[in-house]
Order: sequence, then C-alpha cells, then structure tokens
Amino acid sequence: MKKLYPDAAAALEGLLFDGMHVCAGGFGLCGIPERLIDAIRDAGTKDLTIASNNAGIDGEGLGKLLRTRQVKKMIASYVGENKEFERQYLAGELEVEFCPQGTLAERCRAGGAGIPGFYTKTGVGTQVAEGKEVKNFDGQDYILERGIFADLAIVKAWKADESGNLIFRKTARNFNQPMATAAKICVAEVEEVVPVGSLDPDGIHLPGVYVKRMIIGAPYDKKIEFRTVRQKEVAA
Amino acid sequence: MSWTRDEMAARAARELQDGFYVNLGIGIPTLVANHIPEGVEVTLQSENGMLGIGPFPFEGEEDADLINAGKQTISELPNTAYFSSADSFAMIRGGHIDLTVLGAMEVAENGDIANWMIPGKMIKGMGGAMDLVAGVKKIIVVMEHSSKNGDPKFIPACTLPLTGKNVVDMIITDIAVFQRPDHDSPFKLIEMAPGITAEDVKARTTAHYIL
Repeated sequence: MKKLYPDAAAALEGLLFDGMHVCAGGFGLCGIPERLIDAIRDAGTKDLTIASNNAGIDGEGLGKLLRTRQVKKMIASYVGENKEFERQYLAGELEVEFCPQGTLAERCRAGGAGIPGFYTKTGVGTQVAEGKEVKNFDGQDYILERGIFADLAIVKAWKADESGNLIFRKTARNFNQPMATAAKICVAEVEEVVPVGSLDPDGIHLPGVYVKRMIIGAPYDKKIEFRTVRQKEVAA
Repeated sequence: MSWTRDEMAARAARELQDGFYVNLGIGIPTLVANHIPEGVEVTLQSENGMLGIGPFPFEGEEDADLINAGKQTISELPNTAYFSSADSFAMIRGGHIDLTVLGAMEVAENGDIANWMIPGKMIKGMGGAMDLVAGVKKIIVVMEHSSKNGDPKFIPACTLPLTGKNVVDMIITDIAVFQRPDHDSPFKLIEMAPGITAEDVKARTTAHYIL
C-alpha cells in the first residue's frame, strides 16, 4: 500500500467532514503541520473541534482556520499571542476548553492507547476539576480525565521512510508523537521520504502503523516566534 | 533596599543541588539559569520535550526546531535528550523533576498558587503550570512582594482561579524569603533584603506566617 500522496489536498481526500474532531501536533509554531492546515482551510470544512496545545498566532498555523471561522471549539493549554482567538472567544463565537498541557498530552497518549480515562493530580482543587470525578489513592486526590480519540490527526515530522515510520527533529517532536496515535486516521507531512531500509529501526520515533497517509511538505520556511541569540565572544 | 530581579533569581539558584533536574518558568525564573552555583551541576528541562537546555544560540545558528517552552530559540548540550510532550509530562507528573521555579500573581498562606488567569481579562491558558505544581518535588515561587497597584501578593487566601492547591514550598519576593518544611506547616520568614526589617515585611503582607 502506497502511503505517499502527491499533495495535502489529495492526502485529505475523503477524510474531511463538517463537525469533525481533529488533533493537530506542534508547540507554538514549532513542528506544526502547516501544509495540512492550509489544505483544511482550502477545503472549507466547518465546525471543527481541534485539540492542539496552542491555537497558532494571527495568520499562522491554526490561526488561519480561526480567521476563516472554521473552528467551533478549541481544546488547548495556552492561546496567548493570538488576537483573533481572543476576539472570537470574548465575543462568544468560539468555544474553548482549557486543558493543562500535560493532561492534554496524556489524554492523547491514553486515547491512542485505548485508554478511555485516567486519574491525575494535575488540576485538583482548581477550575479544571469542576464536574470531574475525584478519587483518593493512598491519601492523595486525583481527578478523572478522558482520553482523546479524534476523527483525524495531522502531524509534522522530519523524515519518513516509505512505510510511514517517522523521525522527528529536536523539539519539533512535542505533541506530534502522541497526537499521531490519537485518531482514527493520521496524516503526516514530512520534510523528506527515504526508501525503506535507510532508517535505523532502533531510531524510529513513531512506527508506521499509526501513519496511514503522508506527503512531502518541503520546502519549509520555518517560522520562529521569539528569536533569541547571544553574541560570539570577540578575542581581546 | 529591595532585591533586584537578578538578585531574586540568584537567591532561588541557591536552592539548586548537584544533580538536580530543574524546570524554570518564564520571566525572573529563567534568570535562575545565569546563577547556578559553582560546582553544582543541574540539568534544565523544557516541557516541550527537552532535557539539557543550552544557552541562546549564536547569531545565525538559530534553529526553528529548537525552542524552549517560552518559544525562544535555544541551543543543545552534549547531554541533551529530546522526547515527546507525553514523555515530558510523564517525568513531571511522575515526580522525576526535583525543582521548579515559577512566577505567580498570588500565593496564599496555605500554599495555594494562582498564576494563570484573571477572569474577564487574561485568557491565555495555564500551559504546563498546573502539571508542574502538581508533579514537581519542590515548588519555588519568585514574585514581586506587591502588585503594580501596591496590593500584597502573599495573602490569606487566593482571590484568582487557582493553579494548584497547597503546593508551594518557598516564596522569594523582592524583600523577603518564606519557607515551610512540609505542606502541613505554616510559612516562616527566613530572610529579608538588606535594610528591610521584619516590621516592614509585616506591614506589606496580609498572609499569616511565623518568625
């Protein structure tokens, strides 16, 4: 079975429908599936529920789907640096479920592993715990959090082999790895596809079982949110 | 004389012990990395999936795939390891991180902390703060003693939505340091900035603490 598709629109064909639930990898603008986001925007799919750590920034990443009003609900841990998000949220046009970052990651990991819920001490005694079951284990309170299993996961990786085994690069792995497992189907965009046999089997970050379709998204013009540098010391 | 931001960070850095794995929050906590004591080896964790954070990269060597949790470009070290967000918070929630230093809007005398939301005003989200205060072994808060309006920030009970309940171990402000040995004990005033008296601290604090 060939997993490599010619472009993002082709890779998403037949998978998109209004009201669907999507997991989108990335942290800030690092490791976001930008080609697939563009293709969802172009397809005009509406009323999306999107689980993603962040909501992009204005006009970048998921910010593009906010601008076109395709998002009904965001499940996210941090949404700063995004004016359009703030405007829609304060105007009551966008539903938001704030989820602690680690809880969001674990909800995806669990959902992808067939675990419908788990107990965590994160958020005990806070707004996050409202309406959730509390259980005491060994003298400590924990709250019940639900696993996430979406209709579609869109992720970005560095290298893939033709069978869909993925390798991520540096901190661009982030949510891409757990989210790739947390949906009925995962579509990955990568910078390079190499022949089977050219990746070290011991160095695979995400086995190809999770990746049903993929595209080569290169060339990427990777954006940096906050460029911080130091000066080279000049010899006296 | 109150302590500067750098002096507050340096005070927090004195809590670092050799071999510690540490997560530093955004703002003053980030400055702690500049004051790691001589002979103390610590490994910094970034919750977006990295252990062994190096300094900012040299100009021209920035890599969009290599950022910290504040989305700033950073560099790697010889002992750096990368992992997923799920693994990152497994080590946080699982109690494998020794210490975290973070900022706060309010800390209550019972150890509650509020630092993620001002209803109707700030709606950015909690990021990893709730996971950190729930999972890390020791929680140090570094914050100004008073808000911009002059209101005390170490108070009897938090007024803002909580980030964590009964989790703070130590508070370092620009005028004083408070500590408690466990989560059943009250905070104790243990240090003051030069020229600050216990009376000054009392006058500017509404939380109950012991001397």
